[in-house]
Amino acid sequence: MTQQFYVSPEQLMKDRADFARKGIGRGRSVVVMSCRDGIALVAENASPSLHKLGEIYDRIAFAAVGKYNEFESLRQAGVRYADVRGYSYAREDVTARGLASVYAQSLGAVFTAESKPFEVELVVAEVGRSQDADHLYRLTFDGSIADETGFVVMGGAADAVVDALRGSWSADLSLPEAVRAAARSLRHDGVVTARAGDAGAPVLDPSVLEVAFLERDPDTLRGSRRAFRRIGAPELDLLLQTGQDS
Amino acid sequence: MLPDDAAAAVPRAASASFSAYLGEHHPGLLPANRSLGPVTASTDASHLAPHATTIVSLTFPGGVLMAGDRRATMGNVIASRHIEKVFPADNYSVLGIAGSAGIGLDLTRLFQVELEHYEKIEATMMSLDGKANRLAAMVRQNLPMAMQGLAVVPLFAGFDPDRHVGRLFSFDVTGGRYEEHEHHSVGSGSVFARGALKKLWSPRLDEASAVRVAVEALYDAADDDSATGGPDTVRGLWPVVYVVDGAGARRIPERELEAVAHAIIEARSSAGREA
Repeated sequence: MTQQFYVSPEQLMKDRADFARKGIGRGRSVVVMSCRDGIALVAENASPSLHKLGEIYDRIAFAAVGKYNEFESLRQAGVRYADVRGYSYAREDVTARGLASVYAQSLGAVFTAESKPFEVELVVAEVGRSQDADHLYRLTFDGSIADETGFVVMGGAADAVVDALRGSWSADLSLPEAVRAAARSLRHDGVVTARAGDAGAPVLDPSVLEVAFLERDPDTLRGSRRAFRRIGAPELDLLLQTGQDS
Repeated sequence: MLPDDAAAAVPRAASASFSAYLGEHHPGLLPANRSLGPVTASTDASHLAPHATTIVSLTFPGGVLMAGDRRATMGNVIASRHIEKVFPADNYSVLGIAGSAGIGLDLTRLFQVELEHYEKIEATMMSLDGKANRLAAMVRQNLPMAMQGLAVVPLFAGFDPDRHVGRLFSFDVTGGRYEEHEHHSVGSGSVFARGALKKLWSPRLDEASAVRVAVEALYDAADDDSATGGPDTVRGLWPVVYVVDGAGARRIPERELEAVAHAIIEARSSAGREA
């Protein structure tokens, strides 16, 4: 017969939180920022096919750091939630708030009930018709949810990136300017700086960046109701190049 | 979790299908799960709901075009003069519906979500053949309703990015999928439209002349089939025409169709002949 040692609930939750934080801390950073023409999502990601940023619905996107298998299953679940809801009600009835609260419940249930919490941190972003209608919801491993304004940084060295970004972010940035600001601030994330050496200002390497936009007016820009657009390598090269020249 | 169970998750993940997910978790939302009850020899519900009529589709070098008239009928009554029966399925394909209008519209909505869902889950587009197969499966699921007179037969056209050509597919109520060449039409006026297409289609059509051929084929269908509507100059209603080519699917603007319809009406009036 096995005898279990008593562990106080405080200690149990603290251990789980430490475990999840450690997992997320190893992840590279992701920046989500609201700006004039929409929402820019920029992730440090060496893989061109294993995405950290994804489309959920017409005006909603998903960004994550942590364990790939865990946030990928959450992303797919989010796409299913949104598509079922949009199919059974109407497309405009799918909101980031609804999705974020479902995610919060799911993450919270796993944190307390399962043997291991999810080692992920998520942002659910919804682009509005005007900037004050943009929504950025940050969800953490224990199911806590925060409604952020301006920009969100997740990942291991988030604090350093936030400090760097605070000087360059403003609400009037265009999407390309926002991507350049995010890419510059991501250099303060320990991983990239170490790789680029100590040469003062290391170059922005587009091959380790994954970039996507939620455009504010996709119908006038592209004749599509889907605001999410992934920025491919050629376009990203051009976009970052323009920034370095000026 | 046992390793066996973990491995069993892999084949389960083979399907990224929205309709399969609905069938498993929200079966009530699937259009195919509706039924009129037990089928008897006398069950015929075809008079209960509007019928959508003629759709024509034709290929031209580098693309494909689909057009539909604007009429829906219930028996001898015109149920709608405004109905639209051709829809974009995704960026590179369109579908048109003929048969029971309500079921066709449901099928279209489900198919549109199916394609977008796959694209989001897999982060890539479904192949054109894959799309046609999915549509065939959805048509097959409607077979019990088709037996009771509520059949839907879609026509599907899309741009194949690998072969750089437009392709079109027709279906039957049992889910048969047939690739058509050059041109095809479905619906009550399809016999007359196909006759017109045979004479008007040529392999060297450009987009503008393809639009004219499609509108003229619908005109001929409306001429002989009472359930197909011709261009309505009084209300300003023109056929719905979509073109799909390498740049994607787009709808031909009303004013262009108005000009084409007027040109056809004038040519036929000045000829002053029976046909």
